[in-house]
Amino acid sequence: MIRAEGPDSLLIIVPAFNEVGAVAEVVRAVNRSVPGVPVLVIDDCSLDDTIAEARGAGAEVLPLPHHLGLGGCVQAGYKLAFSLGFQYVIRVDGDGQHDAGDIPRILDRLKTSGCEMVIGSRFVEQSGSSTGAVRSLGIRFFRLVLRPILGKPVYDPTSGFVGVNRNALSVFSRSFPLEYPEIEALVVLQRRRFRFEEVPVKMLPRRTGRSSITARVSLYYIVHVLLGVFVNILKYDRRFHRPVKPPSGGGAD
Amino acid sequence: MDRLLNVTTVLSVLLVLMVLFSVRRAHIRVEYSVSWLLTGTAMLLLSRCRPALEIITRWTGVPDTPLTLFLISGALFLVMFFRFSVIISHLRDDNVALAQRVAILEYHIHGLEHHEESGAL
Repeated sequence: MIRAEGPDSLLIIVPAFNEVGAVAEVVRAVNRSVPGVPVLVIDDCSLDDTIAEARGAGAEVLPLPHHLGLGGCVQAGYKLAFSLGFQYVIRVDGDGQHDAGDIPRILDRLKTSGCEMVIGSRFVEQSGSSTGAVRSLGIRFFRLVLRPILGKPVYDPTSGFVGVNRNALSVFSRSFPLEYPEIEALVVLQRRRFRFEEVPVKMLPRRTGRSSITARVSLYYIVHVLLGVFVNILKYDRRFHRPVKPPSGGGAD
Repeated sequence: MDRLLNVTTVLSVLLVLMVLFSVRRAHIRVEYSVSWLLTGTAMLLLSRCRPALEIITRWTGVPDTPLTLFLISGALFLVMFFRFSVIISHLRDDNVALAQRVAILEYHIHGLEHHEESGAL
């Protein structure tokens, strides 16, 4: 069982759904990059042997009882990390796109800057990462939308390679978007006057599987995320919402 | 006009009976059947009380009495759909929170079991 040790305890969380072909190598790469740091794979009810592969590679696994989607999956990891007392959590995707070698840079920026969130960004510097035309267009669009809302530019708002400190962890364990969480999470933080920074990272080609945001669903993605952003801006304090409170906090948004 | 009102009466009675049977067989919980029963009863009363329907038509300025009936039923069903969307959203939130909580509790239980096993050895 994982434990938070020391004042700078770090947990790496890896949300995974049917990532049997990549998850073991992701865990090994993390272990090589930050030896001794616990790795928690959150299995979103995979139909393949993702759990066995992750355990075989040395990770702890948090299996969800049914499929929750990316946001619910990541939030489960945040809730566990928060309840165990971790100070920092870095999310690495289970498909192998994130280079674990960038984890120390994200952690270092989290510690030195004191900001609540650090985003591993493909576009802060020209790091050679390439995205599809549709996705690239979507990223440009959301940069424009988010600029006035966040009060500063964000170069890679859709990046899932994200580190958070305990303040953000406290917020996300109570309130986190269920679908397409990356962009909305930025607005959730902004509403609390939290700060974020970006550090350049390298994105690798996906090892297995396909992105959930295909060209066909990209219009739905844009509408959904835009709505989520504006709802978060206009959100009132849900003091009177029926609570289902786990020990570490309430539900998802 | 009369035929339309008769058809509406029959449909309303069918709706009310269907809901009552569903409640009896526990296919619908009582609290979720109330809005269906109220809607069905409202449609039944309106279809059997033509003067009331004509008053509403004059009052709202709708050019046609059958159109009034159609608009009222549409509005009632829209309100119900909205109500059920709210209920489903709450259930989804609760469901996610419970699933996460179950996962975290199971994780702690397995940790304790593992700890006990290693202590027993």
